[in-house]
Amino acid sequence: MSEAFVELSDVTVRFNGGTIALSQTDLRLEQGDFVALVGPSGCGKSTILKLVAGLLKPSSGVVLVAKREVGLAGSVRKEALGASVPVRIGLAFQNPTMLPWLTIRENVMIPLKIVSPFREQYARKKKGEYAERAEALLAQVGLKGFGDKRPWQLSGGMLQRASLCRALVHEPQLLLLDEPFGALDQFTREELWSIMQSLWMSQRPTVLLVTHDLRESAFLANRIAVMSARPGRILEDRAVPFARPRTVEMSYAPEFAALVQQLRMRIAHTRAEADTAAQAAEVTA
Amino acid sequence: MSALNVKTRQRLLSAGTLLGFFLLWELACIATGVSDLILPRPSQIAAVLWEKMPLLWPHTVQTLYTTLSGFALGVMIGIVIGVAIGSSKTAYDVAYPLLVGFSSIPKVAVVPIFVVWFGAGTVPAILTSMVISIFPVVVNVATGLATTEPELEDVLKVLGARKRDILWNVGLPRALPYLFASLKIAITLAFVGTVLAETVAANRGIGNVMMIASGNFDVPMVFAGLVILAVMGVMLYGVSSFVEGRLTGWAQRKSDVVMA
Repeated sequence: MSEAFVELSDVTVRFNGGTIALSQTDLRLEQGDFVALVGPSGCGKSTILKLVAGLLKPSSGVVLVAKREVGLAGSVRKEALGASVPVRIGLAFQNPTMLPWLTIRENVMIPLKIVSPFREQYARKKKGEYAERAEALLAQVGLKGFGDKRPWQLSGGMLQRASLCRALVHEPQLLLLDEPFGALDQFTREELWSIMQSLWMSQRPTVLLVTHDLRESAFLANRIAVMSARPGRILEDRAVPFARPRTVEMSYAPEFAALVQQLRMRIAHTRAEADTAAQAAEVTA
Repeated sequence: MSALNVKTRQRLLSAGTLLGFFLLWELACIATGVSDLILPRPSQIAAVLWEKMPLLWPHTVQTLYTTLSGFALGVMIGIVIGVAIGSSKTAYDVAYPLLVGFSSIPKVAVVPIFVVWFGAGTVPAILTSMVISIFPVVVNVATGLATTEPELEDVLKVLGARKRDILWNVGLPRALPYLFASLKIAITLAFVGTVLAETVAANRGIGNVMMIASGNFDVPMVFAGLVILAVMGVMLYGVSSFVEGRLTGWAQRKSDVVMA
């Protein structure tokens, strides 16, 4: 087994109110892996993503990214300066959060303005190399010629494509996706799965995808981690055997449907368990 | 083409309304025979404006100068305070009650204090107009900064953005439309402050002219002063609207502004 690129060991997250969002969770991602996190809503999927991003600190346990402990975003980076170059991370949410006063191309270029070593050369390269890089990515997601448009001139699906470009423009080693296709219609979503897959196959970042769409997880991921209801932990970590590039047609094949069905049963089961436990607790109380 | 027609029609309509207002005023005065000591007719006011313009002009310039100085100072200080309290949740919570307290003080009450400190004249007027225009600017800038989407901030934090990066790239541009909205309020308030101080403690300016004129029962002159103030107010409001449209067209989603 190769070395873990992202590793959570025995991680618990307790929020201020005492709610346990995550309980003694272990998860590992190898370099270049594509892992999907699925589970009932409120199970702590996004919490794991925030831990890995360094936006949240674990109450106990350790989160390692490239063998370095992750704490709060700012402090990590300072510590990291002495050791090695910090891991470049890309992030995309369900909400594309484009800045309305910038063009789509300028929005996509934001990471280059902020992340080292790009930021040092930003003033010099923003008109040439960087703009071309953004345009090339936009073309890859089917937004060729939309670079000069403003965000409100684009549809939701187009904005989400641009948001993916923004997450990838600085060639992150780690890409974190929190339900990036959640607000889109079925057709756009399936189209974006294929685009996401080809982006991943060309750049090969390590990806952690949080989703509630089981077909999406089976389509995109190498491995699927199924989480229990709150307090969340990983119930099952299974490989997805389908060959790449996967197509939407393949997602209607019997093996694919069987996998999705198994995942569905697993999650339905953990939800039912959680409900029974809650009722039992009420009875004893 | 039709858009232009709609625009022209709107302009004609608002010019017509304005004209109608003065016409109605004139007719009402004639019909009721009201004394010009109570309510002078627009034509009388216009005559006074025409005859006394050489005398009124330096006062107009003085009031404009005072207002713009106070406004500029107020906006600058307002932006600094707004950025300071808007970029930190703690500062926002701590400083807000103090600000509200300051802003609820009737500004008439501070004029005498300024007079004691700086003597009667231009300085108290500038300061009054400054003090009065700070608050809307502070509140709007702070609000604009405080309403940055948390998700966007996360995206930038994960990229390793420093607080300054976020402020510069997201916070300030986002606060810009709020700032301009407040400028339109602040410029009119700055007039109020100036005229207020001029009527209390000054020897120049339109406020002072109106004060003296009302003491002499020269009511048409008082109204002439009002008209000058209104015209200046509209003009400055127009200027700030124009600048706003140029700089923050994206917030109003007028494609013609953005594409230009």
